[in-house]
Amino acid sequence: MTPRIASLRAGVTRGRIELSHAYTNPQEVFQYLFWPVIFFVVMLFMRGSTVPGTEFSLAASVLPSVIGMNIAFGMMGVAGVLATEREDGTLLRAKAVPNGMPAYLIAKIIVVTGMTAASVALILVGGLVLFGRDLNPGVGGWFTLVWVFALGMVAVLPIGAAIGSLLTNPRSMSLLFLPLGGLISISGIFYPITSLQGWIQGIAQVFPVYWLGLGMRSALLPGDLVTVEIGESWRHLETAGVLGAWAVLGLLLAPPLLRRMARRESGSAVEARRASAMRRVS
Amino acid sequence: MTEVSELSEEDPLARPPEDGTVLDVCDLRMRYGSTDVLGGIDLTAQRGEVLCLLGPNGAGKTTTIEVLESFRMRSDGWVSVLGTDPAHGDERWRAGIGIVLQSWRDHGNWKVRELLAHLGSYYRPYSTPRRPRPIEAEDLINRVGLTDQSEQRVRSLSGGQRRRLDVAIGIVGNPELLFLDEPTTGFDPQARRDFHDLMHSLADDDTTIVLTTHDLDEAEKLADRIVILAGGRVVANGSPAQLARQVTRDAEVSWTRGGQPFVHATPEATNFVRELCAQYGEEIADIEVRRATLEDVYLSMVHRHEAGYAGEAAAEFHKREVQP
Repeated sequence: MTPRIASLRAGVTRGRIELSHAYTNPQEVFQYLFWPVIFFVVMLFMRGSTVPGTEFSLAASVLPSVIGMNIAFGMMGVAGVLATEREDGTLLRAKAVPNGMPAYLIAKIIVVTGMTAASVALILVGGLVLFGRDLNPGVGGWFTLVWVFALGMVAVLPIGAAIGSLLTNPRSMSLLFLPLGGLISISGIFYPITSLQGWIQGIAQVFPVYWLGLGMRSALLPGDLVTVEIGESWRHLETAGVLGAWAVLGLLLAPPLLRRMARRESGSAVEARRASAMRRVS
Repeated sequence: MTEVSELSEEDPLARPPEDGTVLDVCDLRMRYGSTDVLGGIDLTAQRGEVLCLLGPNGAGKTTTIEVLESFRMRSDGWVSVLGTDPAHGDERWRAGIGIVLQSWRDHGNWKVRELLAHLGSYYRPYSTPRRPRPIEAEDLINRVGLTDQSEQRVRSLSGGQRRRLDVAIGIVGNPELLFLDEPTTGFDPQARRDFHDLMHSLADDDTTIVLTTHDLDEAEKLADRIVILAGGRVVANGSPAQLARQVTRDAEVSWTRGGQPFVHATPEATNFVRELCAQYGEEIADIEVRRATLEDVYLSMVHRHEAGYAGEAAAEFHKREVQP
């Protein structure tokens, strides 16, 4: 068995074990269920409302965008995990075993993808049960859903890893939620982007959140609703282009940043972080 | 990802080198800005040797170990660990090294056996007939005394149990060279005794062990050789007995004669006692001969260094080292 295959196999095993821990650990399950559940509660209240001028349920029209938003959260998932596990010494252990680092990263990709897929599936199943009348993607729709999800993960995970490798401690994660929240509010997740001013639309279209939402809407919503989108088009080509560009950018940035982060790990670095975290607690 | 280099690595006997030198450090220096943290360290360790680094806080023990582990880049000097410069150590080199880290909250969700079996799997491709890898989780759990905890989550272990787990993780790859940075902090006396037994059994299997500690008694029990660091320099290096002789060749003889206590310092304790008995016969009682302890050596060396005689102390050592 060559080292490369060994580390791939170890990474997959590690990812599988950590996923099973995550699915059975109440605290983590709560974290991942929190937003989908809040969303369903809101949707239940919105049950009666329809998209203005149509018979289409308002809640069902928002659901695909929420799925897109959840994919974008995968970025925060990776960044948060790296910051946390650098502080608690998990990363240093990975560095201390042969081929530990690549295996560690493979495992994190599996875990975050698995958890994101689970929350997406949850929203999707719940949505189909509640709004099956409005949401009925055909074969083409399912196909779009799969490729947007896959490309979306490839776009957000490396960027998340790059951000995570720059964070000095898990507390700085909260600084990231602010810009992400701002981005979500201008990315046409909860109301059509075309109701915003042109320059704001321009900013939103630089980032993946808008395109993930658009991709999911194109997969799940009936064709008539395209009229509220920019250019009255689902713009699949542009979606693939922008998400692809983010993927390339992330894959270029992440490896050197992760190597830099790994190089700096040492027992005394972990010890120093532990000491500073302890001061914070006491 | 590092590829295994082609350099005769197929031969498991190629390392450690033929002469049995596992660790060879020459004039290791570490500089942060204008501060010299390490001012030229020389160290060697032979296969199966237990080397103990002693020194006050800030002496450079941890920095030295981290350079040897390849966790830190040195500023200057020549370093060879298992025949390779740690700055260029590949994954095969890494597989030969065990590191006992201080755990904190990592892997809290994992079960003890699950974690050891998983971390062991990384070493399997590097197994050789001479060094089968990894050590089976079950065996390891028994050796470190976690049999009753093997299905517990790491998070639920007590401090001492976690420390045992750290040691188990350090040796799961059946390393040729094991580093431990203050391994017994927080151990109760029984755990400490178990740990010492484990270290002795590893050394018997030709594992070279490098550890730092503040516990002089522990160093005396474990170490084949003790290196005392102070201010980023080696101020003493030798077996516990050699070091003791270095501080003073005199032993302290105490006795009582006719109920009255006496003390006398002499380099020839045995002869002195013989003559004493010959002279006074049965009047002599309570004879005790006390030689310098490691604590005496340590305090004296560190004191000499702090008094600014680091160079002299080291030079004196070299002078005395050649004597039997």
